[in-house]
Amino acid sequence: MSDDTIRVAERLDLLTAETSEGAQELQRRDTTSDNELGREVGAVLRLDGLTLDPTSVDYDRHDDETMIINMGPSHPSTHGVLRLMLELDGEFVLRTKPVIGYLHTGMEKTGEELSYIQGATNVTRMDYLSPVINELCFSMAVEKLLDIEVPSRAVWIRMLMSELNRISSHLVWMATNGMDLGASSMMIYGLRERELILAFFEKTAGLRLNLNYVRPGGVAADLPDGWRDDVLVICDTIYARTFEYDELLTGQPIFRNRMVGVAPLTAEEALALGVTGPLLRSTGVPWDLRRSMPYLAYDEVDFDVIVGTFGDNFDRYAIRLNEIRESIRIVRQCIEKMPSGDYRSQDPKVTPPPRARIGESMEALIHHFKLFTEGFHVPAGEVYSAVESPRGEIGCYLVSDGGPKPYRLHVRAPSFVNLQAVSLLMRGGSMSDTITVISTIDPVMGEVDR
Amino acid sequence: MALEDLQHNFLTGPLEDIVRWARRASVWPASFGLACCAIEMMATGGADFDLARYGMEVFRNSPRQADLMIVAGRVSQKMAPVLRQVYDQMMEPKWVISMGVCASTGGLFNNYAIVQGVDQIVPVDVYAPGCPPSPETLMHAILTLHEQIRTGEIMKRRHEGRPVHLDGAQDLWTPEVPVAVRVGTPK
Amino acid sequence: MISLSPAAPPGVVTSEGLAADLCCFPTLDQYFSLVRSFKDDGFEMCVDLSGVDYLEHFDRWLPEGVAPTRFEVVVNLLSLSKKQRVRIRVQAGDDAPEVDSLFSLYPGTEAMEREAFDLFGLLFANHPDLTRILMPEEWEGHPLRKDYGAGRVPVQFKESPGPR
Repeated sequence: MSDDTIRVAERLDLLTAETSEGAQELQRRDTTSDNELGREVGAVLRLDGLTLDPTSVDYDRHDDETMIINMGPSHPSTHGVLRLMLELDGEFVLRTKPVIGYLHTGMEKTGEELSYIQGATNVTRMDYLSPVINELCFSMAVEKLLDIEVPSRAVWIRMLMSELNRISSHLVWMATNGMDLGASSMMIYGLRERELILAFFEKTAGLRLNLNYVRPGGVAADLPDGWRDDVLVICDTIYARTFEYDELLTGQPIFRNRMVGVAPLTAEEALALGVTGPLLRSTGVPWDLRRSMPYLAYDEVDFDVIVGTFGDNFDRYAIRLNEIRESIRIVRQCIEKMPSGDYRSQDPKVTPPPRARIGESMEALIHHFKLFTEGFHVPAGEVYSAVESPRGEIGCYLVSDGGPKPYRLHVRAPSFVNLQAVSLLMRGGSMSDTITVISTIDPVMGEVDR
Repeated sequence: MALEDLQHNFLTGPLEDIVRWARRASVWPASFGLACCAIEMMATGGADFDLARYGMEVFRNSPRQADLMIVAGRVSQKMAPVLRQVYDQMMEPKWVISMGVCASTGGLFNNYAIVQGVDQIVPVDVYAPGCPPSPETLMHAILTLHEQIRTGEIMKRRHEGRPVHLDGAQDLWTPEVPVAVRVGTPK
Repeated sequence: MISLSPAAPPGVVTSEGLAADLCCFPTLDQYFSLVRSFKDDGFEMCVDLSGVDYLEHFDRWLPEGVAPTRFEVVVNLLSLSKKQRVRIRVQAGDDAPEVDSLFSLYPGTEAMEREAFDLFGLLFANHPDLTRILMPEEWEGHPLRKDYGAGRVPVQFKESPGPR
């Protein structure tokens, strides 16, 4: 029995030691270099020859006056497996360091082993709240390398699905944001509305989440019959309910106290850090790829780009709520203007033949076989193609060596870059503000860690 | 409660049924949502597929208060020791549902970064396949677990006929291979 | 083809890029000053920095005057005012690849350079905190290199001849 206890104790020791990540964690001040200290306190603009400012509130603190605590990775409010190490003075945050990598899946390595038709299944799981937009980014990069043209119906279908995905991603954000701030009924409302959209996705693509729908050359299947009625029901219901959310949250004093004026971000800091998406637009910079560098058919639809003023949490909330309304506007225009035609490119290099012909013609069978076992070859070259996801600019840097699989697949994930703003935004705030800050940055750990 | 080893008579038999009913009617999940499956788990707790009718809508954040760990999502090498720590902190009786193919077998990602099946780290009771499993699949997995708790079969299988002791030293199941194979794999 | 004003400084090899307005190929010494000149010229944001290992595709197309090496660092810059993108590809070296860090110009490259170090082993001089970011701390090896296997576990299917 004593043997067992000793063995068990050794094991537990081993397991405890293994959860520490050494140099990746927040260290004591006397062992941290000045530049790193600057990053952890959120100094973004004064970088050359950074010297610690003696008039600032905490730069002469000793290590025994402050406390370093760990939040996560298994935590209810960190939006996934994000680990935050905070140095606290009582209730106020001095330094922050996010430790990521707890969801690292090796998707870029797996991408080199899968063909281009299979590639969408891999990329779609990065930002799992907006899968269609990940696939769109990858497919557009492949199409640029292949130099093929996608038919206009496919373009409009892709736009419709992207905007529906944007609505559902922002609804999940509103649900989790409400829950983090204590409005747990917001969680139920957000998920309830989202079910309408997911039911439409299931009808079209077969899956609710991680739908492998947008592929190089077009989309996988045409829209089902009667889709206009389904989508109109979605638009009308969700539009009416956004006003209910306004009643629940926007004017409410506790919500406003926790969000207005908290964690402001300025435009220079945002541009220096490379943040994009609602985080950048909340600082007043009107940069939206759909308007500034249009792709698909965004220059033929009418929508507004929502821009904030102060860069605080409330602005980011208001931007996302209004983006739901703007996306509904775009979806209505897609319903009216949807052209008829093919839903994928008829180029035989990329598209398999229709299933009915496989039983009749030998060439069709061989063609289908080659496309699905080996895959189509993409000419050698490199491309960087970016689209606007609900979190910012998602880009795909693809290098091809002429073979059927990508040589290097790199995805520029918006949340990975936006998460660098965390130490800047949390400094000086209290512990309760850390929750709202992470919530409004809206990181999705699947794309942060890839 | 160490009732499983008693020779049941007409008094303790119904008592044990009551204990099992209490255990299965209020299983509290520990929130261990990692990736896409976590979103489907949240949707299962939402209004359309309601988990509250089984008494399970409270996702306890402290593992000390939770009975069930639904491992929802892919477990990376860095996360594996954290998973084991959270599992160890849960109190007996505890159950594990491995939700999704990534948690059950490594799924789509057969590479250096993902643990190929969470049953290399914790003992799993029910596997729910799907990528991600739709809420109906997850509810089927949960109801299967409830059924196994109701018949008491789950306690028998875990301990292979041995009675349950509360000091717990022999209950600790540790994996044969140390958690998370942490060496590189050169070609 | 939109003309950039001013174009890349003389002495730097350039070419047209796919989905980029300009693609530059500086040497290791020209790299930092080239990025600084682009930043002063209105390229406010560095959107992406990543590494590529060309071990199995060493004979890729490069313009005249650029000597290929095994590792490359690729930087994508974006100008919001001019709505242009620029790509910079620098040949980093074969065995001990080291380039200058862009942290003092664009602080947003801190996490991207850590990721390139973690997954490829590329070193960045003057980076404040060059440690692993995605892999566990005591991991050995750099996973995205081409001589690092994917780590597949052989899976045997029922009634099939053998593990795949």
